[in-house]
Amino acid sequence: MVPTTEAQLSDAVAAAAAGGHRCHVTGRATKTGYGRPVEADAILDLSGLSGIRDYQPDELVVRLGPGTPLAELEAALAEHGQCLAFEPPDLGPLYGEAAGQGSIGGAIACNLSGPRRPRFGAARDHLLGFAAVSGRGELFKAGGQVVKNVSGYDLPKLLAGSFGTLGCLAEVTLRVAGRPAGEATLVVGGCDEIRAVDLLNRLAGGPLEPTGLAYLPAVVAVHAPHPLTASAAVMRFEGPPGSVAARLLHLQAELAGEGALETLEGPASAELWAALRDVASLLPGGARQIWRVVLPPAAGGRVAAALDAALPGCQWLLDWGGGLLWLAIPPKPGAAAELVRAVAGRHGGRATLMRAALELRRTVPVFEPEEPALDALSLRVKRAFDPQGVLNPGRLRAEW
Amino acid sequence: MTLLMPPPDQASLDGREALVAALTRLLPAGAVISNRTALGAYECDGLTAYTEKPLAVVLPQTTAEVAAILALCSARGVKVVPRGAGTSLSGGALPLADGIVMAMARFNRILEVDLANRCIVAQPGVTNLALSQAVAADGLFYGPDPSSQIACTIGGNVAENSGGVHCLKYGLTTNNLLGAELVLMDGTVVRLGGKTLDGAGGYDLLGLITGSEGLLGVVTEVTVRVLPKPQAAGALLIGFADIAAAGACVAAVIRAGIVPGGMEMMDRAAIHAAEAYCAPGYPLDVAALLIVVLDGPDSEVPELMAAVSAIARAAGAVSLQETRDDRRRLAFWAGRKAAFSAVGRLSPDYLCMDGTIPRRRLAEILTTISALSATHDLRCVNVFHAGDGNLHPLILYDANVPGELDRAEAFGADILRACVAVGGVLSGEHGIGVEKRDLMDTMFDATDLAIQQRVKCAFDPAGRLNPGKVFPTLHRCAELGRLHVHGGKLRFPDLPRF
Repeated sequence: MVPTTEAQLSDAVAAAAAGGHRCHVTGRATKTGYGRPVEADAILDLSGLSGIRDYQPDELVVRLGPGTPLAELEAALAEHGQCLAFEPPDLGPLYGEAAGQGSIGGAIACNLSGPRRPRFGAARDHLLGFAAVSGRGELFKAGGQVVKNVSGYDLPKLLAGSFGTLGCLAEVTLRVAGRPAGEATLVVGGCDEIRAVDLLNRLAGGPLEPTGLAYLPAVVAVHAPHPLTASAAVMRFEGPPGSVAARLLHLQAELAGEGALETLEGPASAELWAALRDVASLLPGGARQIWRVVLPPAAGGRVAAALDAALPGCQWLLDWGGGLLWLAIPPKPGAAAELVRAVAGRHGGRATLMRAALELRRTVPVFEPEEPALDALSLRVKRAFDPQGVLNPGRLRAEW
Repeated sequence: MTLLMPPPDQASLDGREALVAALTRLLPAGAVISNRTALGAYECDGLTAYTEKPLAVVLPQTTAEVAAILALCSARGVKVVPRGAGTSLSGGALPLADGIVMAMARFNRILEVDLANRCIVAQPGVTNLALSQAVAADGLFYGPDPSSQIACTIGGNVAENSGGVHCLKYGLTTNNLLGAELVLMDGTVVRLGGKTLDGAGGYDLLGLITGSEGLLGVVTEVTVRVLPKPQAAGALLIGFADIAAAGACVAAVIRAGIVPGGMEMMDRAAIHAAEAYCAPGYPLDVAALLIVVLDGPDSEVPELMAAVSAIARAAGAVSLQETRDDRRRLAFWAGRKAAFSAVGRLSPDYLCMDGTIPRRRLAEILTTISALSATHDLRCVNVFHAGDGNLHPLILYDANVPGELDRAEAFGADILRACVAVGGVLSGEHGIGVEKRDLMDTMFDATDLAIQQRVKCAFDPAGRLNPGKVFPTLHRCAELGRLHVHGGKLRFPDLPRF
């Protein structure tokens, strides 16, 4: 089913519910490998609900269909010198798809975010309102068209990151941001992960307003689009060009003793961060399992070191000043899941198996298992929207 | 106007003594207030037009006590109204005659200041300002700063998703909350989030409970992130001969991609009231005044100030002062911060409204408000978080004049309807509470509201936690489960309101 109107979408879900069918809900189907395998007998393809319906650059607000290609949206915003501040990654290539094919609905359903996450939030923080169809086939709306809104429950937060299991998005309203006029990156070469994370956190707690703080070990850094010869702590600054230059200068003086310093300007900086955002440097090397581990930022270096020692042949990188670890490991049975989660858990982190063979995703919990009381509450929330389990059954939890 | 609340449950009223006895057995000495006079202190929140005495007030001190109280009330069918500092302007903490108030004042400790991860773990009764104070010496602060920040608590901030003048740049509560411990109405304790920025595949229940106005659970612990203080700050005070020009200036600043630390607007009445109150040096011959604060790195602030200054001149500013001096900047702010108190001197009472509109509709909505002011024969003063479109019209009235409160409320409702009509919302930061409850169907149709109430059912199927707030009609969860709504129309469109 490829509905092209909200009414068709609503009818399609209502008919599926009445007929006892289960739907695999997709936007542009570039991230179907993200999550548990869906157990469905029908595909509900939202790519027909595409296009920008209202864009007010003065309001920093855009309203559009969920199937709109992200690339189309970003191009429209760029025409007005604007962008999505949450910097959604293009995860298509992670799942073997071509680059640049994902939809905005998919970015929201997976609550994507990029290196700017610590400063500007994730998709959840930019979804102002939406219309969706519940698992009962009801068309409903929530949120609004304005930034500040406490009128009813904040269902946009709930729908973001719900992987299409609560409702099929029919329309979304997003806040957008001015595109920074300039950017540059300072590379501090040759430090290990412990020292790098300390350095990145010092910067994150200081007043220079970095918009990207990452660390690449040497084996990964050499795959960067602007090849780095040694391990690299990288720090991005964005804003008026004069201010970017001044901050970089200040930092160069401050970090003179920390390692080999190098500066990436404009496009070289942009390319590096696009690659970091899309985890491109971990993709070569075949069908490795890929994990995404969220952490309290100060723990990033220690968790990376522990996993590096425990998992021979693994590669990783740290983003968000240490708060996000991407880890690629040679294909392994379930044991890696327990190890990754045990190490992350000891430091207050949680892990998602982002990419793995279908069979593994069926047997290993792809998402971090929750405490029984929280799991039960989540199921009740699911049932409130989708009592019969019509939408993306199995994607989040094996049981529902 | 009499506020219609759900009819009190006679069994709860009759069982008051037994309930008080059971609560007293459950809790340490001094944690149950049942004396009628003492209950008076809890009879209203910041929306003082409505009062009600609860059956009792409990003052728990631990999560286990909260869980035990909620489980006890669940078993006895007694309603519970959670309360932070009681500064809500929408009646979110208004007691129910047949319910108890759970006051979280004793949850007043900061549990951990984690500088390495730039976050604070705190109990919900800690004040908003205390969070910033706890990390001030380390060059950090907590972003959301509602004007009641000296008194309001972080637990209440979570319930209302509080903002403040700096939220344009630093976000609302929901953007700064990392984790919470939540007790459900049946006594179940769940932990949401942690010290990480994202979860790993669970529903964002943390985002859902933020702004849920105490209807989904009682927060017993929070983890919030703290941010580095900006290196430099400057401010501009810009006067305009008409509101439309001021509105155009705001739009142009936003359009230029500038994100001010704060951007506030005051109308002529508010300017005069503030000047009379604390003499901040505002120009008195302008129709609108913009206060723009620009903060950030040393290298950036002067450039941003020059850009805003140029935009203001192009938009037709008739007066312009700028400063990078901290004392002068605070003086610019002083008038805005004191605006509510200043207006308090103009009138015995006022109602503070809280709609949000798309910024470009500002001039239009202010014209509408001015016309409504004439229709309802009441004065109105406007202060406005211009950067994010959040209006605070203050409607002046005298509660001692029969009928004035009713007229003020009718005026307020008309303003909010006008906000929704131009694409805005009923509440930007004060919440729906009881105040705007009966206007919810101007924004949402029956399906939208049914979906929201089903969410409530997932957390509190018997509807005992803060009922009568937010939603204009109550449905039993079983009934909502069966309900089939199509095209936004219920099969029974005239369900009774309370």
